[in-house]
Parts: sequence; structure tokens; C-alpha cells
Amino acid sequence: MTADKFEPKILAFCCHYCAYASADLLGSMRIQYPPNVRIIRTPCTGRLEVNFFLKALEKGADGVLVAGCLEGGCHFVDGNLFAKRRVDYIRSLMVEIGMEADRLRMVNVSASMARPLSEHIVNMVETISRLGPSPLRRGSELTQAEKST
Amino acid sequence: MIVAERKSIPDLLDILREHQKVLVLGCGTCVTVCLAGGEREVSIIASALRIAARINDIPLELEELTIERQCDNVFIEQAAEAIARNDAVLSLGCGAGVQAIAERFGQKPVYAGLDTVFLGILEERGIWTEKCAACGSCVLHEFGGICPITRCAKHLLNGPCGGSREDRCEVQSDRECAWQLIYQRLKDVNQLDRLKKIVPPKNWNSSLSGGYRKLIREDHRI
Repeated sequence: MTADKFEPKILAFCCHYCAYASADLLGSMRIQYPPNVRIIRTPCTGRLEVNFFLKALEKGADGVLVAGCLEGGCHFVDGNLFAKRRVDYIRSLMVEIGMEADRLRMVNVSASMARPLSEHIVNMVETISRLGPSPLRRGSELTQAEKST
Repeated sequence: MIVAERKSIPDLLDILREHQKVLVLGCGTCVTVCLAGGEREVSIIASALRIAARINDIPLELEELTIERQCDNVFIEQAAEAIARNDAVLSLGCGAGVQAIAERFGQKPVYAGLDTVFLGILEERGIWTEKCAACGSCVLHEFGGICPITRCAKHLLNGPCGGSREDRCEVQSDRECAWQLIYQRLKDVNQLDRLKKIVPPKNWNSSLSGGYRKLIREDHRI
């Protein structure tokens, strides 16, 4: 990360059976992706409670990426479809709260879709960079380097 | 089960505007089952309020607690210490729970975080429907176990109204006609003759017309 530019902090919840394996494959293929994401492996995106997303945002994440299996390809049949509804619910709640809904996004990849995953991550970083720091981090909680941008 | 739904976050911020330390108090009974005010919803609403307060530069400190039942003094006691150390309580109980907390802690502002909407059941995942109006004088035995007071849009005791289309209500086309259901049910249990009886006007004294209702069971009093 450069010292004079806002670098988004993005939390990525990655399903063990697809996105996490895909991220692993990214490494094997020597494909780089922005270092702004912190990956948390989950057994299935259907495991994600709606308050996980809010907690991440409350604790200062600039964005949250949820990466699950392709629709119809969930290891647990429909966990990713539950996750999709929960993400949609929190996106609407974020609008109610006064926060940009685009800070939370769900994407679908299979375990072999390494390059699309890296593209999703790049897109997410671009979106968050455009939106700027989380409204919760604006001001005193920004680092000196981030303030200078 | 009592069914309730969350008030909007801007409304809740407005309700709490005079307070800085607030206890968000959940209830582990009906509102947990209808996904409006249980432990999980306490966490969600508290997080959402914290984020919204910080975005709007409102100093707001929230504590979270969920007790088994807000409408029961035995369980309310468990919230006493948390209520004492906060300026106000945002109750995620039903209307009865909110009032029970307010009565028990007379010096503490208590606010409703939910809108209590009806007595109903979980129809299918994520869908609840109203089944009972708590009118105080049940007529279900006359109508095959289907309540015309609650489920007929016109509350007809001598239906159907004639406006239904197939089995759909003319008032709201996504709802079933209660009288179609009553007819089918009575036919299935071979009690269609019940429909020949003209039902006299219902006595509404047992409902809300005479102020709030009170039930006393002398055999259980000590």
C-alpha cells in the first residue's frame, strides 16, 4: 500500500467449497489481487448471520465482500441463496442507516474461477475507493496517510 | 404467538434522541419466534443504531440484553441491574412486554422498538398470518375452526359477502376468502348444516369496547 492514498479495508467472507478454494488457486496460479481484502473462511455463506455484516461495518471495515458458490452449485444445496437474501436485507438496512449499500456485495464463483474472483476483488476495491472511507472512520479514526488523500 | 415488526432505524434514533446510554432489551418468547425482538435482532438493531448514531454524530451508547420473557416479573428481575445502569430502555418486546417493563421501573423511560401487529402463526418460512383478534368471545366452534372475525376482511358472521372471486377475497386478492375456507372445512367434516343457522350479532362487550380487559382466576390466587 502506498503511504499517501486511501486504501480500503475490505472483509471477504469466502465459502470453503468455492471462493476460498478459488483464492487458493489464485495463489497457485501466481495471480495477484489487491491486498486490501482480509479473507475469513466460512463453511458455507449460508452460515453467515446478518449481524456478521453489520458487525464488520461497525468495527470499521470499509466494505464487506461475500463470496459464495455459483447459484445451483452450493455444497449444501441452497446456503448461498439464503446468504443472497440476507445480503439484500442488510443492503436495504444500510440505506436506512445512511450508509452506501454498495459497501456490501455478494459474488458467486466456483472453486475453479480464480481469475473471476480476482476481478471481483479488484471491482470491489475500485467501488470502495470511489466511495471513500467508511463514514465510521472518517475523521479521527483515519490514519494520517489516509487523511492526506 | 404475538407477531411484531421492527420500527425503522431513523424512527428509533428519533425516539432515543434525549438519551445517551440505552439498554436494548430483547424478549425470548413470541418476538424471538417471529424474528423481531430476540437475541439476534437485539444485536442487529443495536449495531444498526450504533452505526447510524455515529454517522449522524449522535452520542449513543447501547447495551444489549435479552431476557426469557418481558411480560413476566420473574424474568424482568433479571434485567434490573442492566436497566439501573442505563438512562433508558428500548424494549424489543411486544406491547405487553414494553408496558410490563415500564410499570416495573417507574423512574426509567421505556420505549417500544417494535410495532406489535397481530396474533398469528408462522405460515411458512418468513411469512406470518393473523389468525386471532382476541375478541374475548370465541366463535371458532361455529365455523369449522376458521375465524371469520379475523380472516374475513368484512368480519362477516353470516357470509360469504358475494364479492369473492373463486377462493380469493375481493378486498385483497392475495388473501383467501375466509367463507370459502369455512364452507370447505364444514363440508369436509360433514357439518354443512351449521351454515343454515343465522348467527345473531356478536356481543362485543368482551372485546375492547369497555376499556382494557382483566382476567381473574380466584382458584389460583393466594
